[in-house]
Order: sequence, then structure tokens, then C-alpha cells
Amino acid sequence: MIFLSQIINGLQIGSIYALVALGYSMVYGIVKLLNFAHGDIIMVGSYVLWFGLSRLGLAPWLSVIISITVCSALGMLIEKVAYKPLRNSPKISLLITAIGVSYLLQNLSQLIFTPNPRMLPNFFPGYVSIGGAQFAVVTIVTIAVSVVIMIGLSVMVKNTKMGKAMRAVSENSDVAQLMGINVNNTISFTFALGSGLVAVASVLYCCSYSQIEPTMGSMLGIKAFVAAVLGGIGSLPGAMLGGIIIGIFESLTKAYISSQLADAVVFGILIIVLLIRPSGILGKSIREKV
Amino acid sequence: MDRIKEKIGKTRYTYILNTLATILLFAVIYALINFGVLNRYQSLLLIPIGFNIILAVSLNLTAGYLGQLPLGHAGFMSVGGYASALFTLAVDLPPAVEFPLAILIAALSAAVFGVLIGLPALRLKGDYLAIITLGFGEIIRVIITNLKFTGGAYGLKGIEKHTTVTWVFICVTLTLFIVQTLMESRHGRAILSIREDEIASEASGISTTFYKVLAFTVSAALAGVAGALYAHYLSILDPNNFGFMKSTEILVMVVLGGLGSTFGSIVAAVVLTLLPEWLRSFSEYRMVVYALVLILVMIYRPSGLCGKYEFSLDRIISGEDEGLKKIKAIFHRKKSGKEEVGE
Amino acid sequence: MDPVLKIEHLGINFGGLQALDDFNIQVANNEIVGLIGPNGAGKTTVFNLITNVYPPSKGRIMIGQHETEGHATHEITQYGIARTFQNIRLFKDLTVIDNVKISLHNGMNYSLFEALFRLPRYWKQEKETERISFELLDVFGMRDNAYDMAGSLPYGAQRRLEIARALATYPQVLLLDEPAAGMNPSETAELMETIKRIRRDFNVAIILIEHDMNLVMGICDRILVLNYGLIIAQGTPDEIKSNPVVIEAYLGQQRSE
Repeated sequence: MIFLSQIINGLQIGSIYALVALGYSMVYGIVKLLNFAHGDIIMVGSYVLWFGLSRLGLAPWLSVIISITVCSALGMLIEKVAYKPLRNSPKISLLITAIGVSYLLQNLSQLIFTPNPRMLPNFFPGYVSIGGAQFAVVTIVTIAVSVVIMIGLSVMVKNTKMGKAMRAVSENSDVAQLMGINVNNTISFTFALGSGLVAVASVLYCCSYSQIEPTMGSMLGIKAFVAAVLGGIGSLPGAMLGGIIIGIFESLTKAYISSQLADAVVFGILIIVLLIRPSGILGKSIREKV
Repeated sequence: MDRIKEKIGKTRYTYILNTLATILLFAVIYALINFGVLNRYQSLLLIPIGFNIILAVSLNLTAGYLGQLPLGHAGFMSVGGYASALFTLAVDLPPAVEFPLAILIAALSAAVFGVLIGLPALRLKGDYLAIITLGFGEIIRVIITNLKFTGGAYGLKGIEKHTTVTWVFICVTLTLFIVQTLMESRHGRAILSIREDEIASEASGISTTFYKVLAFTVSAALAGVAGALYAHYLSILDPNNFGFMKSTEILVMVVLGGLGSTFGSIVAAVVLTLLPEWLRSFSEYRMVVYALVLILVMIYRPSGLCGKYEFSLDRIISGEDEGLKKIKAIFHRKKSGKEEVGE
Repeated sequence: MDPVLKIEHLGINFGGLQALDDFNIQVANNEIVGLIGPNGAGKTTVFNLITNVYPPSKGRIMIGQHETEGHATHEITQYGIARTFQNIRLFKDLTVIDNVKISLHNGMNYSLFEALFRLPRYWKQEKETERISFELLDVFGMRDNAYDMAGSLPYGAQRRLEIARALATYPQVLLLDEPAAGMNPSETAELMETIKRIRRDFNVAIILIEHDMNLVMGICDRILVLNYGLIIAQGTPDEIKSNPVVIEAYLGQQRSE
């Protein structure tokens, strides 16, 4: 029984990782950037939510919408201001810029909101019992929301015009441009979409963990990236799978071994998977042409 | 000058020149401290500047020269720090014997970890290598946090304060000497060739696996030395100070200075150690400013402050130095500009 | 005389595609062999298999007395195989002379310790390496470019530098992958002379992949024709020119279209 509830816990946090990982994977696929600032958007989303609820006294649904909008806009803005000028520079300069943006977001929020943690209410209180077992509503909601988003996203990427443009740009942006695809818009859209997903993740995170602070995004972001790499960068089902694997292993380690070792186990799994399958579980392997 | 060079041979000339310059630099630093030009606080800053130089220069060996991007440098630093601290806590020898031994132990233990981690990790490339080394770094941190003899999450306290400006100066000099002589040998060229094109390097008969692990290990060992200096400077080791934030901090120095330029790494290590100090008057804004500086430098100088420029005393004296020529050109332009205005 | 390179029943498939099958060849010392065929016929694959960039699915490769199976590319280079690449792979941000010196790596044997402390062997071998490097650059008329960045050279010079770099490993067999690609006729003619001179002065066998038929017919002792991963013809240049199967492979598809 404890085992089952730990699995469910794992699915819950795993779903949150997965939502963040989806954005990571999309952004990486399209600009080949390990976007360190992506995780910090979770923090921004959480603070916007908190601000809307407790400072402006807005309704939860409105705060959520505002949070998603702000994060999407911020994602686009960051890309335009900080990453776009470096599109033709060495990749590592881009990486350092991303680290810089991450520092900036964290420290700005410490300035504005102070380093003290803030509390947020759970929008989905209560428990339901399924087959005799008790589950928190928020757990069910979290898992359900991420499954729906994951399916919706896969359909979008496969079938819509924008989805096809995204795939084309991530395959080869020069050729995509020649085919008449607006590369800038596609990249902007990807950042907006990825950041929007992170905002959703931050809402779900706040509901389950209720406490937020300026540096909350960095470890969450890294684990989400680990999830994306584990599942296979560029693969949306991979990001989902990676997130869930990490969530479950983390929660089982916390329950049965030691909560302090959870991070080590997460990275241990990543190392083992990468050494066996360097392109991740569902990733395509790319062979350099000689 | 050229006549002297001819008489004693070019290489010997360079050696003598560099040795003299090193001694002179050391004398100047000592004079500045002893005559009170640098106050106690400022002279203590020389120590973090020193170990940051070692960290940046050693990371530049892998990130800049080998062209592989690791994000776990802080892990090697912590291995060196803990190994040396546990040693000095356990034995009771005179500092002049104890500390060099501790530094040696730090370098060796970090090197062992370098080999153990490098062998599997270096099979990956690019961002995957970054993330896997980040993983190893975090695992080291978590393990240290969970071990009894390392003091666990409370850290290791009461480490003797052996680190002095002199020791830092010696270690920095040795680091620069090792990196420099390594890079100017067949081994160094092999390392560079891997950065340029791994497949062509193999085809030229270079064992790329061996040289990748070699560069990674030397880099790790030097990070261990920095860890030893750090431990015996602060006298306390907290595992949380060796997280991936520390690793990115070191990487930032290297890239900001210019990947593949030891000189750039030194400049960036000095600047980035001092920058937060200069920004003290901004108090709470300083980290925001630090982040902005970082972003702006990358946008306007994507290849770093110094690009791939390397410093050579010999070139400067003989006036062949490109950096010097550029600076001269700037002054010259200004001067001639003024004259034109005057006319 | 024993062949310097002996390949038997070599084959590889990439995920179901048989890129090369039943490839056999014996190369004698000082021989120039041409490898021709339409794009995608598997020519470069042969080079990649010889140097073990991809491990073969089947077959056997002998370099002199050494079997290549299970050996890394750099070991195969030391057995006496050197190559150039279709899409030039120079060490672009290094100087011309350093490009050559890197290939002379195994000609030196001073240790890391000797390098760090600059012991006599370091000086002796580095000096010797420098001398040989300049000699090699002289062969290709590149002494004056020694301290230029390899990436800044004009295209033809980059191709020549790649050959110089390959020769610096003291090969018994030199694999040239489209050395004349992108060259104008006068550069190609010059290259032809250079290749002849290399064979004479360096006493190596050469396998040459090339689309420029004047070059191939002009210098090769014999020619192998590949199509869809199979050898469809081999013989002297004259035999190949008049071989109907070869004409079919090159022109057949066009005729039927």
C-alpha cells in the first residue's frame, strides 16, 4: 500500500517534471540551447500566481491565466533580447548567457520578493477514494492535466502548421527558411509555448508543495532537463517518460532509502542511461557523417 | 635585447625572463602588502583570486583546449578540499611539511576521481557531457553530505588555516607552468587537435580517448589543488558550496575570459572575484548587476574578453605582441586624431 | 612481394541497407588504385571501414601483418594507413605547421614528464619534428604559410595540407578521398603531378576516390568500379573505359529516363 502511494506520489512530481521537460526538449530541439533559465520560469510563474492571489486578491482562475500569459511573454522576451543576438555565436556563449539570465531572474526576484519563502493555497483540496485507496485530488488533477497537455501537444506538433514549422526548424533552420517558414516566429512561438507549459507546471507545483522561494527553479529545472535528456531530447513522449521515471525513482528513494540520496539516485539513473543509450531512451541516435 | 637572446639561446632566454618576472611579481606583491599599500582586507582577497585563477585555468584546459564542456568542476574541487582537510586534521606535522603534502594528496585524489569519471563521461559530447558531469558533481556532493567522516551536512570544521599568499602564489605559478608546458608539447597538440576535429585527430594517429582522459584528469587534479587552498583558507568546508552553481561560476570565468586562452581565464578570474567586491556599494543590486554584466559581455563579445589571445613576455618585450599592437594602434589613432583636430 | 593492404569479403549494412558487400582487393607497394562509381556507391564507406571509423559487419582487413579488427582508428593509422577526407577536416584554428606536427605525434616518444620538465629528449625530438614538418611543407610549397591558420588557406591549399598531414604519419597506404574536388583544371593537373611525386618520394601505395576521370585515368595503375556497394568491374584504365558494365552504371540510368 505504501509502495502504491509512493508510486502515485512519484507520478505526481514526475508529471510536473514532465511538463517542464517538454518545454526544455522543444527549446533544445529548436535552438540547441541548454536553457538554464527555463527552470527559473517556474519560480516566476509561482510568484505571479502568488501576487495575483494574495496581493491583488484575484480569483484563482484569473491568476492562473495571468501567470501563464506572463510566463509565455517572458519566455519570448528572453529569447528576443538575450538569445537571438547570439544565434550565430559559439554555442557555449549562448549557454553562458542562459546562465546569466537564470542568475538575473533569481536575483531580481530576491530583490522584489525577498528571499523569504511565501505560502500558496491548494486549489484542489480534499481526497477521493478509488478502489478503497485514498488519493489527494491535487495528485489526480496534476497527473490528468499533464497527460492531457502531453496528448494535445503531440497532436499539435504532428498536425498543425505551426507544429510542422517547429519540426522543420529543429531539423534544419536554414532549409526551413528557404521553404518559406518564418524561423523567428517559430522560435518565438516555441519559447512562448515552453514557458506557458512551465507556468502550468508551477501552478500544479504550488498546489502540492505550497511553499515558493526565489531559488526554487534551479534544481527543479535541472531535474526537468535530466528528464528530457533521459527520455531523449527532441522526443515529446520521451520527455514525459523521463519525467515520470525520475519522479517515481525519486519518491521511492525518499520513502525507502533516504531523502537526501534522492538527487544522487536521479543523476545515477541519468548516467547509467546515457552510458547505455547516449541519445536517451526514446531519442534518435545521430551518426556523424565522415 | 636580441643580442642577449642570441648569446644565451632563445629558450633559455625565455626561461630566465619568465623566472625573473615571476620573482619580481612576487616581490611586488609582498612589498604592496608589507608597506601597507594593500590593507589586510585587500591582501586577503589575493587568496580567493589565486584559487579562482587555478580553477579557471584548469577548467580552460578541458573546456578551452580540449573543447569538451564539463559542468562538474566544483566536484573535483570538493574532493581535493576534503581529502586535504581530512589529512591535515588527522596528522600533526609542522605546517611547512603538512601543507605541501596535503596539497599533493588533494591533487592525487582529485586526479583519481578525474580518471574514474572521465573514462565513462568522455564518451559523450557537448551538452550531454555537460549534463553527465553535472550529474557526477552532484553525486559527489550528495555522497559527501551523507558520509560520517566528512562531517555530513554540517560540514567539516576547524581546518587549520595554512593557506597564505605565498602558498597561493606558488600553486598558481605551478599551475600556469604545468598548463603552459603541457600545451607546448606533443601532448598539448594532441589535446588541441581533439578540439578541432576528433575524427581527423584519430586518423592522424592520436588516441583521442587517452588524451581526453589525460586533459580531464590534469584539470581535475588542479581543481583539487584549488580545493586544498580553499579548505585551509576558510577553515570550514560545507558540501553545499560545491554544487553545480559553483561549477557554473567557474565555467562563467573561463568563457568570459575567452575559451582557449589561459591569459583570458586569469583576467576573468581576477575580474569576477573583484567584481562583487567593487559592487559592494550597490549592496543588494550587486548580483543583479553581475548577471547583467555577464549577459552583456556575451552579447557584445561572444568569444570572451580576450578571445584566444595568449600572453607572452618575450613577444611584448620584442614588440611583436598583437594585443600590445592593438593598444598602440588605439593610442596612435587617438593621438593622430587630436593632431588633425589641432590643425 | 606481399601486399601492403589485403581486404577480403568486406561488407557492412546500415540498418538493413547493404552499403558494401563482398569487397576484395590486394594493394601492392607503390601502386595507385582508383576507386570510382556513382554517388552513394559505397566508396567512402570503404575508407571508413579500412580505418575502422565504422566496424565492418563482415570481412577481414590486413595491413601488412596486422589485422585491423578490434583496433581503434589511431592504431590503424600507426599500422600504416593514412587518409584525407571528402569534406576537408583540417585543424582549422591551428597553424599549418601544427597540423603537420600533430600527425608526427607518434614519431616522438618523449613522455609527459619529459614534456613538463623539458628534458633533453623533449628538445631533441621537437626540433627534429619541426625540421621534418618544414620538409613536408616544402613538398607542397607551403613553407611560407607555416604559421597561417589552416582554416584561412584557400581551398586548394587546404586539400594539399590535408595530404601533407596524412603523409606525416609515415603511411604505407594513403587513402585520398576526392582530392581534386572543387579544384580548377590547372590545380587538378598540379595535383596529379604531386600525387605521382608522392608515390615516388614517399614510397607509398595510394587508393584514390575521384570523380575527375582525367585524373583517375591519368595516374591510376588499375581501377575498381563500385555500384550499389558491389564491385562491378576492375582493370586498367583502358579496360575500364571500354567496359560496357561501367558505361551502363554511369550512363544507363540517364538513357532509360
